[in-house]
Amino acid sequence: MQSIINRIENNQFWKFHGGIHPPEQKFLTNSKPIKPLHLPELLIIPVQQHIGVPGDILVNIGDTVLKGQSLTAPTSPMAVPVHAPTSGTIEKIALHVTAHPSGLSELCIFLKPDGQDKWRPRELCEDYKTLDRSDIIRKITDAGISGMGGAGFPTHIKVDSKPNIDFLIINAAECEPYITADDLLMREHSATILDGINILRHLLIPRLVLIGIEDNKPEAIEALKKATADINDIHICVVPTKYPMGGEKQLIKALTGKEIASGGLPIQQGIIMQNVATCYAIADAVINDKPLIERVVTVSGQGLEKPQNIWAALGTPVRDLVSLCHSTQPADKKAIIMGGPMMGFTLPIDTVPVVKTTNCVLVPSEKELNLHNTEVECIRCGQCAEVCPSNLLPQELQWSAKAKDHDKLKALNLFDCIDCGACAYVCPSHIPLVQYYRIAKAEIRQQELQDIKAEKAKARFEARKARLERERKAREEKQRKASEARRAAMNNSQEGTNAKSAVAAALARVKAKKAQDTGVSAETSTEATTEVKTETLSPVQAAIARAKAKKAAQAAQSTELNGDNKAPETGANAGADATPSDDKQSKVAAAVARAKAKKAAKAKQEAASQTPEENVPAEQTLAGQSSAEQEKAEEQMNTAPKEKPAADSKQAKVAAAVAKAKARKQAKAKAEQAESITEGSAPSQDEPEKTDVTSAEVTAKTDAAEAIETTEAPANDKKAKIAAAIAKAKAKKAKQSSNDLDESTDDSTIENPLKEGTVESKANSTTDSSAEDSDTASEVKPANDKKAKVAAAIAKAKAKKAVQASNAGSSEVDDTMEKADAKSVNSEADVAETEVNAEPLNGNDQSAPAVSSISQQKKARIAAAVAKAKAKKQQQAESN
Amino acid sequence: MAFWIASSPHNHIQKETSALMRLVIFATIPGILAQWYFFGWGNIIHIGLATATALLCEFFVLSLRKKPIKAELLDGSAILTAILLAICLPAVAPWWISVLGAMFAIAVVKQLYGGLGHNPFNPAMAAYVMLLISFPVEMTTWLPPRELWPVEYTFMDTVWMIFTESTQLGYSAEQLRTHIDGYTMATPLDTLKTGLTTGLSVSEVTTSPVFGDYFASGWEWVNAGFLLGGIILLAKKAIHWAAPVSFLAMLWLCSLIGYMVSPDLNPSTLFYWFSGATMLGAFFILTDPVSGATSFKGRLVFGALAGLLVYLIRNFGGYPDAVAFAVLLCNMAAPLIDVYTRPRTFGHQTHGLGVAGNKQGAKK
Repeated sequence: MQSIINRIENNQFWKFHGGIHPPEQKFLTNSKPIKPLHLPELLIIPVQQHIGVPGDILVNIGDTVLKGQSLTAPTSPMAVPVHAPTSGTIEKIALHVTAHPSGLSELCIFLKPDGQDKWRPRELCEDYKTLDRSDIIRKITDAGISGMGGAGFPTHIKVDSKPNIDFLIINAAECEPYITADDLLMREHSATILDGINILRHLLIPRLVLIGIEDNKPEAIEALKKATADINDIHICVVPTKYPMGGEKQLIKALTGKEIASGGLPIQQGIIMQNVATCYAIADAVINDKPLIERVVTVSGQGLEKPQNIWAALGTPVRDLVSLCHSTQPADKKAIIMGGPMMGFTLPIDTVPVVKTTNCVLVPSEKELNLHNTEVECIRCGQCAEVCPSNLLPQELQWSAKAKDHDKLKALNLFDCIDCGACAYVCPSHIPLVQYYRIAKAEIRQQELQDIKAEKAKARFEARKARLERERKAREEKQRKASEARRAAMNNSQEGTNAKSAVAAALARVKAKKAQDTGVSAETSTEATTEVKTETLSPVQAAIARAKAKKAAQAAQSTELNGDNKAPETGANAGADATPSDDKQSKVAAAVARAKAKKAAKAKQEAASQTPEENVPAEQTLAGQSSAEQEKAEEQMNTAPKEKPAADSKQAKVAAAVAKAKARKQAKAKAEQAESITEGSAPSQDEPEKTDVTSAEVTAKTDAAEAIETTEAPANDKKAKIAAAIAKAKAKKAKQSSNDLDESTDDSTIENPLKEGTVESKANSTTDSSAEDSDTASEVKPANDKKAKVAAAIAKAKAKKAVQASNAGSSEVDDTMEKADAKSVNSEADVAETEVNAEPLNGNDQSAPAVSSISQQKKARIAAAVAKAKAKKQQQAESN
Repeated sequence: MAFWIASSPHNHIQKETSALMRLVIFATIPGILAQWYFFGWGNIIHIGLATATALLCEFFVLSLRKKPIKAELLDGSAILTAILLAICLPAVAPWWISVLGAMFAIAVVKQLYGGLGHNPFNPAMAAYVMLLISFPVEMTTWLPPRELWPVEYTFMDTVWMIFTESTQLGYSAEQLRTHIDGYTMATPLDTLKTGLTTGLSVSEVTTSPVFGDYFASGWEWVNAGFLLGGIILLAKKAIHWAAPVSFLAMLWLCSLIGYMVSPDLNPSTLFYWFSGATMLGAFFILTDPVSGATSFKGRLVFGALAGLLVYLIRNFGGYPDAVAFAVLLCNMAAPLIDVYTRPRTFGHQTHGLGVAGNKQGAKK
């Protein structure tokens, strides 16, 4: 101990490892006096400006406060109050970005100065030595003093410590470049600082007071020496200029040779350090009863015309300080650093207020600081390790930080890093080392928090498990006793039989449900056929189909597979309502069901019914609706089946697809289909070829296409494919095409729907609406338009499914091709989009040339596009 | 208003890796000039060949790896590697020696391991060793210094020699190496090794003209040139003094011991310093930060180990010079050396060795 004092008295100091010598740039501000206080228009006073916890806010919005009045009251020992820097009114209390590296928003009190600067009553203290020790500490606490060097540790905690303090070290090193606030304060107010030091001596009774100051502040050194000339136990220790000399541990090491243990505090080794500005504030607080409401801030940088030191009221927005010094920086390339260039942080906005720890506001010019170098690979040059004041290995830390190896980072003593930035300063690879460390530290802290949480959660979970286990055992015990009691009771009476019968009844109910479901599915298939004729059946079937979509689909599939031949028959049946037609329908329905489980059933039914209707029965029904159309449709259908049964199968497929696709609108679709059929008949009336086409169109886009194809075997296949493709790809155009189709078929369709009212009122309505939509060239009726629209919508929505379904349906229906083809085609056409129909029309129409109408042309185009796009799929589907 | 946001520190010393590389490249100039003076144009031609190859390889691999080509290609590290490799080659080695070596150094030793900063071995030395082992004849065809050349040997002769393996007049490399007295001249180190194995004493061997007036005719000046370059680098603080100093000190110490034990079988200490690739290795190879040790103590150990290995291989190994082998062996040891030479962190009582068992030790 004595040897240390001897060395100090001989001005022989120690060295700490590392350190750098960045350009000091203190000349910018150290030759000008401190500019007197300048109050801004609005003060933004953060509630918390120190390390610890904020106090409770004492004021409300609209309150008038006096200068020095405390705005918050400390609620814990780690809290210090904040005060009103001047008199005025509280404008609001809200979140605002504060002086924090992350740009956090914190609660701030907005104070509007009234210009009177009226003090609250003060009690000046002539002689602090007459005060009680606890009174002095209370004064320091009430004055809201926290460390002004950077960390902001509440001062009253530091000074309220046990005796046996060896060294009170006053930190006047101010090692950061640019900053001269303490320097100027020492020059201008050395007496007040000395008062503060004396108060601290009075409180702490140290063996020796050391004022550590770098040798680049000769005038401050002179001033301090003059002020302390007659005091023996205060030593002015002039140390070499080296960053980070002002670091607490570094300065202690340099002055006393003592190393503060990692994780320890200086007080544990009998050392207390205070910043000079804090000493000044202590003197002000104890002697003048002036709380900490203002401080010296260095506003510097080559981006300013008049860099200087300024007395700034706490809460002054940085913008006001910068404007006092006339920034020359363009507004769009502004950088403001709070703190020095080594450890300061950039501000996101310039309304951040000055707080108790703000010693510098730096506005660099663009070339001044090296801001835009990009990081390259570390070459392990080791310069970072050479300058590290904590003697760490920054390059190894960097690798581990990048690898997120937290254990290794801890082993490398990451938490002894003081963020001084010396390593990053010298790094020739421009690696932002400190940034990596900060992230790693945050991650490790986060991880540790999570570990603690996980531990607690685990404990809770295990406790719960134990509790549940206990409860379960208790319950089982209870049940066991209860069952024993029951058994005994049952043996005594016949109550048991009653209970059994109840269970049996429940089982029976469940079975009944299942049975119904299956039955319904079966019905749906058959119903589809019947529905074609009887509309009443179709809704029921549809409902059933919805309910049991999956099952129905499976069943349908099986039936389809079995009775491909039947399928065509069903198509025929559709017309005649014969059982074969039922088979086909059932197949179709099955396909639909598969594809569109919920709505598939309905769609199938509709399609099946529609197609058959169109072909033969459809004609009959249609005939009821419109004889002419029916006739045409019949003709078409007849011709189609005759021409190629394959076409029928395709049509059936198409119909199935349509049914799938338009499950929701199946009812409508059905109506549409009917309409389309009728439409088809109508065109057929006009032109046999057209009728075929129209029928195809009517059935469904894809279906129709297929149907047409069926009439012309290859053409049918193609059409089906085309229709599917069209439906998928050209939803929009489908409408148009459907319109076209509608146009051609409009007359007939309209008639059909009307007549088909029996078929499905919904379908009719839809078809009607579609017909309306489409402006059919000549005979187009509103019904057609509606149908077209519906078809288009359906096509859009269920394009994919339709294709698949159509494929399946076609395969299934192939057998039925002959009769069913036409029908299925019709139904498909309905389902599919009118576009498809149009296309099929073109393709179908052997008569197409005759039909050389616009609609046909459009159809032809669409068909071509569809054919191109989906040729493969169609082929596959067909093959299937 | 766009405020510029960044993490501290906002200041930088304004040094760059590429500037460091450039400085090292410039520091090789004295040694290269000495080489040119004593051994002709060969090495300079090889430097050109190797540099071009290295840059091409670097460009190719960087494009494959989708790295920023301009920045990394021009950081100087590939050029430095090529120069260091070419310096080590015999002046009459055929052109494909330097091309192959540069390709191996850049593509395999450097980039396959992850590029600059990630290569565990010194690329130039690894390439040199590869060439020496693969092409021993070409790699040991050393010319004697200029004053011992039996025939005139011009720049064009050198070009012819490198690309056609004979001079314009048809002399082969072997003929260039033949002394007027009819024996083939080798490097001083080789001559010494051969002589000692045939039972001659050091003083008898060193009467050979290849030893010249001092230690090793020509070679001593080449080494002096690299020593000068190294001193420049030290003065500029581009390299740390620990590794070269400990390397030279260890080599000096070993040779001193050997000389004192058996002066007939061991040449002088300064012969070790000024022959072969000693100075090049000390200041340009061992100071490669990427493949060397990083801490101060680690560098001391690293350099000393290299010095010891050079001495052992030169005296007891199969090769006359040993810097390349010693450097590669030390590269292998560098990570371990680093682990065991970690400095004591400020505020900690014990050294923070990264070994598992030391964690507890640090807490005591």
